[in-house]
Amino acid sequence: MKELNYLCKLKLIYKIMNKALQRLGEYVLLMKKCITLPDRWSMFFKQLVREIYKLGVDSLWIVIIISVFIGTVIAIQISLNIHSPLIPKFTIGYTTREIVLLEFSSSIMCLILAGKVGSNIASEIGTMRVTEQIDAMEIMGVNSANFLILPKMVGLMVFIPVLVIISMFTGILGGIAASHSSGTGMTPASFEYGLQYFFTEFYVWYSIIKSIIYAFIISSISAYFGYNVRGGALDVGKASTNAVVMSSIMILLADVIMTKIMLT
Amino acid sequence: MVEIKHIYKSFEGRIVLNDINAIFESGKTNLIIGRSGSGKTVLIKDIIGLLRPDKGEILYDGRDLTSMDKHELNMLRREMGMLFQGSALFDSMTVLENVTFPLDMFSMQSSKERLKRAQFCLDRVNLSEAGNLYPSEISGGMMKRAAIARAIALNPKYLFCDEPNSGLDPKTALLIDDLIHDITKEYNMTTIINTHDMNSVMNIGENIIFIKEGVKEWQGNKDEVITSNNQALNDFIFASDLFRKVKEVEENELLGGKS
Repeated sequence: MKELNYLCKLKLIYKIMNKALQRLGEYVLLMKKCITLPDRWSMFFKQLVREIYKLGVDSLWIVIIISVFIGTVIAIQISLNIHSPLIPKFTIGYTTREIVLLEFSSSIMCLILAGKVGSNIASEIGTMRVTEQIDAMEIMGVNSANFLILPKMVGLMVFIPVLVIISMFTGILGGIAASHSSGTGMTPASFEYGLQYFFTEFYVWYSIIKSIIYAFIISSISAYFGYNVRGGALDVGKASTNAVVMSSIMILLADVIMTKIMLT
Repeated sequence: MVEIKHIYKSFEGRIVLNDINAIFESGKTNLIIGRSGSGKTVLIKDIIGLLRPDKGEILYDGRDLTSMDKHELNMLRREMGMLFQGSALFDSMTVLENVTFPLDMFSMQSSKERLKRAQFCLDRVNLSEAGNLYPSEISGGMMKRAAIARAIALNPKYLFCDEPNSGLDPKTALLIDDLIHDITKEYNMTTIINTHDMNSVMNIGENIIFIKEGVKEWQGNKDEVITSNNQALNDFIFASDLFRKVKEVEENELLGGKS
């Protein structure tokens, strides 16, 4: 009986591994089909501008709003939690800056964008698949993966670093705004001193590099789930959810790996 | 001309196409008919190269699609036009942009010439007024016409239509049939239409292939389809009351004429 149970578990693990490897293989093949020179550069650039606007510029307001509020909340919470005469006041500004630069503006912002942009990419490509628009492209002799996915990937990899820089700026502005309010124990002067204290320029580059990797993860994984949809509207919805979940997991995994490589 | 020889296709051990042979001549509207699930769509997907047959040859004027590499297949596909069941117009583009798309991708003409050609194709399908509208803003019949305009933009030698009349009212369906038929004659194309619409069969069926459970049961034209003695074909065609009555009237007229 015990042996049978052990065998069932082994079978289940084999099934899961098999499916995971199959998915990985499909993803690699899709990327191989996608990352090639475009058939027509003029069409590629036209699509690229469209994607930068749709995926990037349209996300500007959500990035600004979230960054300002989170920057404010980080500053307030730090000031409330280090209410000690032994810790200097400028630590609030210093810590807010480090959190915003190192983790919030790149990783957390990209997790939020994985929800917004990732679901958009997966549902758009998935709908094109189930309504035979992708088949129509293939019949014309167009490399559909290259035409549809590459501009999204390049567009996102170009514009997400811009969003990250804007997020850093507005996040810190939110912190400064908090320092001007009474009752938090901060002074604007000490906060600004903390912002400039022991500044490491590399942290900004570290965040930008991370965001480019995240942009690749979001666009390629979401495109993979959309491109391989089979069925109807319900399956497009499922693919969209799976795309967001898988992108988020991969972003967190990449965060750990890159932090280990770049900061230690 | 498209010729298919000994086509076999199966999915997970289930045989879907079993030794299909046929010749589809140019300048004619060739119809593939059969019940839902008979293998029509799989056959047309095999012919256009969206699926690979397990065995057999698909010859486009002597060029075998099954032995082509990716580049050769892409070059051949530029000679094909396809009208999908749901039209498959690109949602993010206007009707005019949809028709211009294949020209933008493959034509060496200037942008002015490409636009002129797209306008000509839209005029040909009587859709010149809808160029600036998006697919979501036009009717099903207009979508089919726009898809036909896109399919003929590159002057294809081969035109494929998958259920071109599905979801259309009988009058619009006849208009679409006539349009496909006229374009076939005009450009001397090899047109292959996948349908189970008997009105289409009687209207434009110059060469008809009937498929039942993956096997070619019968081949003939629209005049022969009514008088055929093939039991499976008769079961399919005369499932409709209308066609059964037409046959009865014809038989009565024939008996009356004899007496």
